[in-house]
Amino acid sequence: MFDIDRWQEIYHVLRKNKLRTFLTAFGVFWGIFMLVIMLGSGNGLQRGVTQNFGDMATNSVFIWTQQTSIPYKGFPRGRQYNFDNEDVIAIRHSIPEIKYLAPRIQAGGFMQTNNVIRGLKSGIFNIMGDYPAFNKIDPLNFTSGRFINDLDIKDKRKVAVIGSRVVDFLFTKNENPINQYIQIQGVYFQVIGIFTSKRTGEQANQENQNIYLPFTTLQQTYNYGNAVGFFSITSQDDIPVSVVEEKTIRLLKKRHAVAPADETAVGHFNLKKEYDKMQGLFFGIRLLVWIVGTGTLLAGVIGVSNIMLVVVRERTKEIGIQRALGATPWKVISQIVMESVVLTTFAGYFGLVVGVGLLELINFLLGSTGANTEMFVHPGIDFSVAVTALTILVICGVLAGMIPARRAVSVKPIDALRYE
Amino acid sequence: MIQIKQIHKSYITGQNSLHVLKGIDLEIKAGEMISIMGASGSGKSTLLNILGILDNYDSGEYFLDGVKINRLSERKAAQLRNKMLGFVFQSFNLVSFKNAMENVALPLYYQDVPRKKRNLIAMEYLERMGLKEWAHHLPNELSGGQKQRVAIARALIGKPKVILADEPTGALDSTTSLEVMDILQEVNATGITVIIVTHEHDIAMRTRKTIRITDGNITEVIVN
Ligand SMILES: Nc1ncnc2c1ncn2[C@@H]1O[C@H](COP(=O)(O)OP(=O)(O)O)[C@@H](O)[C@H]1O
Ligand SMILES: [Mg+2]
Repeated sequence: MFDIDRWQEIYHVLRKNKLRTFLTAFGVFWGIFMLVIMLGSGNGLQRGVTQNFGDMATNSVFIWTQQTSIPYKGFPRGRQYNFDNEDVIAIRHSIPEIKYLAPRIQAGGFMQTNNVIRGLKSGIFNIMGDYPAFNKIDPLNFTSGRFINDLDIKDKRKVAVIGSRVVDFLFTKNENPINQYIQIQGVYFQVIGIFTSKRTGEQANQENQNIYLPFTTLQQTYNYGNAVGFFSITSQDDIPVSVVEEKTIRLLKKRHAVAPADETAVGHFNLKKEYDKMQGLFFGIRLLVWIVGTGTLLAGVIGVSNIMLVVVRERTKEIGIQRALGATPWKVISQIVMESVVLTTFAGYFGLVVGVGLLELINFLLGSTGANTEMFVHPGIDFSVAVTALTILVICGVLAGMIPARRAVSVKPIDALRYE
Repeated sequence: MIQIKQIHKSYITGQNSLHVLKGIDLEIKAGEMISIMGASGSGKSTLLNILGILDNYDSGEYFLDGVKINRLSERKAAQLRNKMLGFVFQSFNLVSFKNAMENVALPLYYQDVPRKKRNLIAMEYLERMGLKEWAHHLPNELSGGQKQRVAIARALIGKPKVILADEPTGALDSTTSLEVMDILQEVNATGITVIIVTHEHDIAMRTRKTIRITDGNITEVIVN
């Protein structure tokens, strides 16, 4: 490697026809550059979309009631019904595959009148009644205080957990909302926690306007009887959520006299299914990127191989002289392969650096302009991908140099010497 | 030093086969200085290239310093050329991007002699050729005579047993030709076998023995 004569020769060869060297190098540069940009953008898209899930447990399912579509057990079709507290007990009792069960009931916000008041300030916010388990299924970021706990549920305490946007609306900058009281639909609640969403963009905005109350408190305070709005459920770690989904729905249908064949009466959303679909999509994108990227790269490498063939032909006589003076085939081959590797690696490394640089620039611009980047977060490539790409380059360089190098030593020394 | 028996060589181009060497027998002793003469196209270069292991032959036998030369691997051939032989060509064949010193040092490079050491040795040889001041010049900055002296220094640096020169004065004017011949005679005086291909009479006269080739056969051996 530290053989000056080798480097001198490489320098001579690459310098001899600068435009040609540049164009050849550009082929490889472009291949790696495109690969980096496409992989980086793919990653950015994936990060963006994945962040929209927040920290939500992907093995979760959400279940709510809808109108029945089949008449059953004397009930007509089109019947409205509600889940209730007994369902909670029944589910807990008969489906051990469930890890977290979080019943919820919603109290407002959808009504377009101010429902939360503090002094002279007021606003429209979503009011949720929740169990502590909800923060395990779809966690929030607590800036101070805490989420609802078991005692809040048991004692039906009048406490509230509020989002950062709620704070902005109801409090001034230098007020500490913790332990302060706010009036929610006519009833006073004490603030015990402040959170921010783990999502990004509009979804985060929405979540930051939520107010969480203890489920039992809300049910009683606003006269919901024992109705339950919907269930959030996660399965035990080693059990597919679809099993839990199916068992729970079957149980709920039985308990509420819904026909087993009724597809619409129980609304449900399986996050895992959506998540898997998304992962499949991203896998497809990445596969495509690698195919297109390596294709471009391959074109560049073939260009290098081509040029090396031309170079070897041009230098036939020189190589003949070297062989007459005692250069072994290995010496000749290794020299040519090294030229090829230097060209590809150098050009490729440059492509890598420029590609990563451009991604960083995009990052910087996204950050500094505060663009809505809900779907595109921190584009970039992993270090391991960069190392892989460089390894591929070196291997490609060797392969690209191999054919010309073998051709250089395949002619007899005398034929090489005679070549004009 | 060199023994060849019944060497035949044909060139095949497409459908045609050209029988160039038609059974050459030749013995050259260590320390001899001989010239090979003959009309253009008579096969002088072909013979010299076979002696230089740059080309192969079709039939016959060739021994170089007791080693049978036949279908050697290119690796072995390269090593033999490097250790045993020194070449001087009509067109000098210097490497264009290496300066005089680096050109001279090339054979040692292929022996993996460290750069510093081989350049030092190369300087010695250049000094012997009276070219010390030109050591760092590229070939295209040298005159024909200077180039050929660099080439001779390069041929000598590996301490070869045989120098093979194919029309070494062919591209030089007469005074420079004489200088080059002086050098080759000095080289021979140190005990190195020298074989010169030429078609100039006064060049041939300065060797001890002249071999004449006509139409692929040795037709005459003259002791000068
Ligand atoms: N590589 C080759 N392929 C075909 N014919 C060749 C080749 N080299 C030489 N010849 C032919 O062989 C004959 C002898 O060539 P050469 O040995 O170079 O002659 P000389 O050196 O005596 O002038 C010539 O007719 C030449 O054209
Ligand atoms: Mg000739």
